[in-house]
Amino acid sequence: MDRKQYCVKLSVQPSRGLMDEKFIVLVQNALPGSQLTIRALHQCEDGHSWEAFGHYTADTTGTINVSEDPSIGGTYSGVEQMGLLWSFRPIPGSKSGLRMRKKNIQTPMEVTISVYQGHQTEGFADLVPLSGVAVERWYMAPGVRRIPVTEGGLTAALFLPSGPGPFPGLLDLWGGGGQLVEYRAALLASHGFASMAIDYLTAKITMETGKMVDNQYFETAYRVLQQHPQVCGSKIAMIGLSFGTSITLKMAVYSEVIKLSAAVCISGSHVQPVDGSVEEILRFFQKNGEKTRFSEKNEVIWRDLLLPIPTDPSLKVNVGRLQCPLLLVVGEDDQNWPSQESALDIKEMMARAGNSHLLTVLSYPNAGHLIEPPYTPHARSSTLKTVEIEEKVMCLWGGQTVEHSRAQEDAWKKMVVFLKENLYGGRNPTSFSHL
Amino acid sequence: MWSVTRPLLQECTLACYRLLSAMTQAVPPILSITPSRALVDEKFQVLVENLPPGCPVTLHSLHHSEDKDDWEAYGHYVSDHRGVVSVTEDLSFGGTYTGKEPMGLLWSMRPVPGSREGLRLRKINVCTPMLVNISVHSGHEDFRDRTPLASALAERWYMAPGVKRIDINKQGVQGTLFIPPGPGPFPTLLDMWGGGVGLLEYRSALLASRGYVSFSLDYLRSEHLSADVEFKYFETAFNIIRNHPQVIPDRVGILGISLGSTVAFNLTAYSTIIKPRCIVCISSNHYHPPGTTLKAGFKILSKYVLLTVCHENLMIIQIIVTNMYHRHFHKAHFDENNYMSWRSFGLDLIADPSNNVEVGRINCPMLLVNGCDDQNWPTVETAEEVARLLREGGKEHLLSRLAYPGAGHLIEPPFSPHFRATKFIILNSKKKVILLWGGHTKAHSDAQEDSWRKILSFLQLHLYHSPSVKAKL
Repeated sequence: MDRKQYCVKLSVQPSRGLMDEKFIVLVQNALPGSQLTIRALHQCEDGHSWEAFGHYTADTTGTINVSEDPSIGGTYSGVEQMGLLWSFRPIPGSKSGLRMRKKNIQTPMEVTISVYQGHQTEGFADLVPLSGVAVERWYMAPGVRRIPVTEGGLTAALFLPSGPGPFPGLLDLWGGGGQLVEYRAALLASHGFASMAIDYLTAKITMETGKMVDNQYFETAYRVLQQHPQVCGSKIAMIGLSFGTSITLKMAVYSEVIKLSAAVCISGSHVQPVDGSVEEILRFFQKNGEKTRFSEKNEVIWRDLLLPIPTDPSLKVNVGRLQCPLLLVVGEDDQNWPSQESALDIKEMMARAGNSHLLTVLSYPNAGHLIEPPYTPHARSSTLKTVEIEEKVMCLWGGQTVEHSRAQEDAWKKMVVFLKENLYGGRNPTSFSHL
Repeated sequence: MWSVTRPLLQECTLACYRLLSAMTQAVPPILSITPSRALVDEKFQVLVENLPPGCPVTLHSLHHSEDKDDWEAYGHYVSDHRGVVSVTEDLSFGGTYTGKEPMGLLWSMRPVPGSREGLRLRKINVCTPMLVNISVHSGHEDFRDRTPLASALAERWYMAPGVKRIDINKQGVQGTLFIPPGPGPFPTLLDMWGGGVGLLEYRSALLASRGYVSFSLDYLRSEHLSADVEFKYFETAFNIIRNHPQVIPDRVGILGISLGSTVAFNLTAYSTIIKPRCIVCISSNHYHPPGTTLKAGFKILSKYVLLTVCHENLMIIQIIVTNMYHRHFHKAHFDENNYMSWRSFGLDLIADPSNNVEVGRINCPMLLVNGCDDQNWPTVETAEEVARLLREGGKEHLLSRLAYPGAGHLIEPPFSPHFRATKFIILNSKKKVILLWGGHTKAHSDAQEDSWRKILSFLQLHLYHSPSVKAKL
C-alpha cells in the first residue's frame, strides 16, 4: 500500500474531557477493508507505561468508529466505546502489582491514541503509527478550585465547584492504604458538590504524634465543611470506600454532630466494634488476621477476616437506626472485604428495623473490591502497604476486567444521580401549588 | 401575543423568585456545560437543572477578552415541569438570540453596554483557551438586577492537545507554523488573512487541530520593492512549507480570506513552481493590477480612505489619485450609521478585467465562499466572474461555490461573534474609521457554521483522500 495514497485520519472527540466523559474515536480515510490496530498509551506519574489496544477492520468507506464497530481482539473486544481506557494494562516487561492512580489532579491524564497498520499485539514501540492524537482526561472541570484544609488538625483538601454556590457538601473517604486521595472528590466537585477528601490514616497529626485520629476528627471535618460560606450546611453527604465505609456507617448512625443527608458505601462492611475508635477497629481486624488466605499466586485474601457476619450487636453498626438514604455498592467478587455478605446482613437488619426504604444496593457480579470512577483500569491485584503492615503485600482485590469496568461505569452514574437527588433536593411537592 | 402573556410571566416570575429564594437557603440550581473543554468549532450542551418548574430564567454568557473588553450574550428561557432548561432543546424567547440555538450564547456575543465602538473579538494568543462564564439568572428583562443562581466555566480552545506552534523566520519568510500531533507527514495549508491586521494565527491553529499542517503567513509586514519580489516571497513561502519534513509535498493547499484570496488566485494562476492541490477563497478578491504589489495597493486604498475621512461631511467624493486607481471611481459610501463601505468602489475597480488575476488559468479544485451581504468588497460579483471564466475554459467542474444570503465579509470559524462593522486603523496614520463588513448576525453565524464544516469536508476530500477519487464536494 502506497502510504501517500491513503492518509489515515484519526480523531478523538472531545480531545479534552473529564475522566467520566465518553469520547468518540474515529478513523477515516483508511484503505477499505484494511486491518488496523487502535492503541492507547499512557505514562503515569510514577513513570510506568500503560497500553490498551483493539483490532479493527475498516469498512467500505475506510472508516472505523470505535463507539459503533467491534474490536475483534486486543485488550478488549466487541463494541466498546471506552475500551481504550478501561482495558489499560502495564506494558509487557513492567513489574507486577501496579495500580494506576493519579496524585496530582490539577493536571490532566495524558493519553496518546494511535492507529497502526495490521493487527498488532506487541512491539508497538518499534512501529511507526499511521496517525496519532493526544487526548487529555481531567479530574477537575474548568473553574473548580482546590483548597487545602488544615484547620482543626485536619489533613484534607476541599474542592469547590465553579459558581456562586452554595453547594451541597460531601466528605470523601478512602481505605486502608491511607494517604490523601483527591481524585474522586475533584471529579465530584466537577458535578456540583463541594467535596472534601480526607486523610484519616496517615494524617499529618498521626505522622507527627504516632497517634491515630479519634472520632472527633471526622466531626471536625464535618463542621469545617458545614461552616464554609459556599457550602449548604444542611445538605452534606459522606462517601466511603473499603475502610472508609466503616467510618461512614459509624458516623451516619452514631455521631451526634454529623447529620448526613445521604451516605454512599462502596466495598465495605458494617462489622466493627461499635464503640471503637479508628485504632480499635483496626486492631479488631488484626485480631482475626489468622483468617487471611492466599491465592495460588500468593496474593493476600482478606475477605474472611470479618466472616462470619457476627450476630453480636456490639460488633455491627446498628443500621436499623439509620435516618438517611444509603447507597451500598458491592462487587460480588470482592476478595478483600466481605461486602456482599455485609450488604445482605445490612438489608436484613434494616428490614427488621423498618427503615429499608432508605436502602439501595447495587451488586455487581464479577466486580472486585476497587470500584473506582469509570474508565479507570481494573486492578485484580496490586501491591499494597497498609498502615498496619510495614512491608508491601500483593493484595487480591478480585473482579474480572470487563464486568468490573461495566460495574464502575454503572455504579458511578447511579451514585451521581443518587447524590444529586438527595443533595440537590429534587422538587419539594408543596412547591407545585404556588404555580 | 407577547403583550398578552407578559402579565402572566410577571406573576410566574414573582412566584419563582419566592421559591428560588426559599430554595437558595436550601440548594441552588445546577448549571452544566458539556463538554466543558472543547475546540472552538465544537458544539456544547448547556443544561440547567433543579429550577422550579415553569420558571422564567435568563442564560447569560460572559467573556473578558485579551483587549480587556467584556462580551456577552443572553437568552430568555422558561423551565419545564422538571425544572430543567436545555439550551440545546429549548427555545429562547428574547435576548441576543431567539429560537432553538444551542450555540447562541457564543455566536450572538457582543460588547457589553457602554463599551467602545467598533470592537472586534479575535484571539491573539492561541496557546491558551478562551474562557467563557455561563450563568443562569432568574427573570427575563430585569435579569441583571440579580446575582446569578449558578454558573460554570467553559474553555474554548484553538489548539488541540499535542499541536505544536513554531515561529518561522527563514529565507526572509515570516509566519507561524502549526503542526498536528502524530507521526506525520500531513496534508498542509498555506493560510492567509486579509489586510489591515497583524498576523492572525487562530485559524491555522484550528486547522492543525483538524489534522493539517498550517502555516499562517505574514505577508503584509514587510515592504516589497516590486511585484516580482513580492511574488517570489509567496513562492519561497510555499516551497519552505512544501519541503518541511512534516509536510506531504504534493498535498499542499491554499486557504485565503479577502486579500488573502487575492494571493491564492495570483499564485495559483501564475506560478510555474507552485501547484497547490486545491484552494479555498473566502470573500474572494481577484483585483490585482499587474506590476503592483499587494502592500502598495493596500496603502493606496488606505490613503484613499484617509482622504475620504478628511472629507467625511461629503457623501460623494471625487478623488484623483495617482498611480493605478485613476479614473475609474471613486464613490465612497457611508451608510446610515456613518460606516464606510468599499463595495461600490470595488465594483468599479474590478470592472476592468486587465486589473484582475486571470483566474481562468487555474487548474486545481477551488472552493469559493461568499456572503451575499458583503459590504466590504464585491465578492459575490467576483465569484460569479470566476465561475464565468472557468466555464469558458471548460473547467467548471473544478469550482464549488458557497454563497450565503445575509452573511457579510468576515466569514470566520464557527461560533465566533459577528461584526457588521469594526474599527479599522489606516496604515501609517492615526486615523480610525468604522468599516462596514456587512451581514446580519443570525444569517452570518449560520454561514460561519455551515461554511466551516463544508470547507473542512472539501479539504478532507482533496488533501486527505486518494487522488483517484474525483468527486465534487
